[in-house]
Amino acid sequence: MTQPTDKAVTDSAEGLMPLAHDRLNAQPFPLSVSVAIFWLSFMCFVAVVGPSLMPYAFTAIDLKARLSLPFTSLHWLGTDELGRDVFSRLVISIRISLLVSFVATIISATFGTLLGFLAAHYRGWVEQTVLILADFQASIPFLIFALAVLAFFGNTLTLFILLMGIYGWERYARIARGLAIAANSQGYAAAVRQLGASPIRIYLGHILPNTASTLIVSMTLVFPEIILLESGLSFLGLGVQPPMTSLGNMVGYGREYLTRAPWILLAPATTIVLTTLSVSILGDWLRDRLDPTLK
Amino acid sequence: MDFEQASPALLAVEHVRKRYFARAGFLSAPKPVDAVVDVSFTVARGKTLGIVGESGCGKSTTGRLALGLEAPDGGSVYFDGVPLPKYGSPAWRAIRRRIQLVFQDPLAALDRRLPIAAQIRESLDIHAIGDTKGRDQRVLALLTSVGLTKHHASRYPHELSGGQRQRVVIARALATEPDLLVCDEPVAALDVSIQAQVVNLLMDLQTDLGLAMIFISHDLKVVRQVSHRVAVMYLGVIVEEADSDHIFKHPRHPYTQALVASSPTPRQKIKTPMLLTGEPPDPAARPAGCPFHPRCPKVMEVCRSVPPLAREISPHHHLACHLSEPVTLEAMAS
Repeated sequence: MTQPTDKAVTDSAEGLMPLAHDRLNAQPFPLSVSVAIFWLSFMCFVAVVGPSLMPYAFTAIDLKARLSLPFTSLHWLGTDELGRDVFSRLVISIRISLLVSFVATIISATFGTLLGFLAAHYRGWVEQTVLILADFQASIPFLIFALAVLAFFGNTLTLFILLMGIYGWERYARIARGLAIAANSQGYAAAVRQLGASPIRIYLGHILPNTASTLIVSMTLVFPEIILLESGLSFLGLGVQPPMTSLGNMVGYGREYLTRAPWILLAPATTIVLTTLSVSILGDWLRDRLDPTLK
Repeated sequence: MDFEQASPALLAVEHVRKRYFARAGFLSAPKPVDAVVDVSFTVARGKTLGIVGESGCGKSTTGRLALGLEAPDGGSVYFDGVPLPKYGSPAWRAIRRRIQLVFQDPLAALDRRLPIAAQIRESLDIHAIGDTKGRDQRVLALLTSVGLTKHHASRYPHELSGGQRQRVVIARALATEPDLLVCDEPVAALDVSIQAQVVNLLMDLQTDLGLAMIFISHDLKVVRQVSHRVAVMYLGVIVEEADSDHIFKHPRHPYTQALVASSPTPRQKIKTPMLLTGEPPDPAARPAGCPFHPRCPKVMEVCRSVPPLAREISPHHHLACHLSEPVTLEAMAS
């Protein structure tokens, strides 16, 4: 046994130099990513501790101060047509909209990935069913589908979140299925299977971590779309119902005062744009960073 | 084939067949491709069977059938006297502990997101061998036995060289102390200098651990060095099988003769190389009769219509060729 050990020294020597932790501080954050991370952290901070920062209750009506201008000492972002403080309403809207989009994105990613892996594992009729469902999902306009469901079942926050959670699952399913089939046919998953690993170990321990970067990137693509969809449905009056408020809800009701009091609409609209943009920038950057073979 | 052997064979492959369906065009019906037509062989404990042949001759498929990674369309595979269990079943997963595979491309066979120690440890985890601490020690012992050090344990596959990765794959395969190791072109993706190291490592490990091996390669030099017995495959059939020294010194099948002639050894006088003419074989369009007859320099009329059967022409030397058949010789004489 000493013979191969001696020989191995020559071909192991060059491997001693690079250490695994080098990649952790390989490159600094680009400016756009820093700004995006800062903005998203700020949004999460507002969503979590916001209610204790609010100067007024978000439903408090002050009819004497209707449509007051922003940047005054009493109302930082002005008031709306009922004299409600726009800043307070914005804080609650961010909270609700982020809750809906985060939970819905996670539901959608989990559900889609699970179906994709099931399709890749069982093949046959399971795969056909998943693919037909995915095609079905992709071919119907989701807004119409959501309108029908909300009109039929009524509207509660839980149902609304679950409905948003259906959005985009077919993309995860297709990606997860494709990557799992590729991994199964040759390479690391086949190798681990041949070691005798159970399917659960193969999928959760190997295929999921290896496909996570792709799935996380598609999450960052779906996340802004869910924010926009939520805003759109609320704008149409079928999303979050008053007196509860959301970003889209605020844009929808502020629309009527666009010419007289644009601040009602501009504050939530700016928040939507900045948040979706930040998530997209972050997702783009994550895709490169999550690959250990790319430094 | 070697029923006369004293100890029962570890692996017995009996008349296995495997047919794939290849889609030739967009609208055309899938075309059957016979990757393996009728292959039988045995592997004795602690011995190495080399399988050689050009690409497309079915040697990798034979390896996968022997491993139980694919079910044969006909025939059967016995491991330690028992038929291999159904692919994917719990019994099949349990028997993985005793049959392991070394892949051609070690980078593809390793999970690039896990440090190599975790990957070697995985087969111990799967088969619940030893306790937590024992497994860690076993991983270090395995790393040492394949010529790596504990400094490599926390590395990721892409941080290692090709030879080191193949050592990791070998260490992972040996972790469960298998009885049979199937090496499918284990050195084809490596530099020549590294090839020798890996081949020597495999031979040392075999001597130390008493492994049986199936060594699949297109490289005659390597197969000759490693194997106790050699099977030569052509278009899904074994055309000749004999002890390693014997088959290289006295090849009987024209195809084996051509292969041996094309791979000179240092101490051998260079004879006129025996060149093969004709197209490389296409498993989708098998010729009738002997599969080798379109390229055979000694082709006879009978070869074009009657496939030759494998016969034992001398002890432990099997040949599938009409040239060696006494009936044919008599027919020619008359």
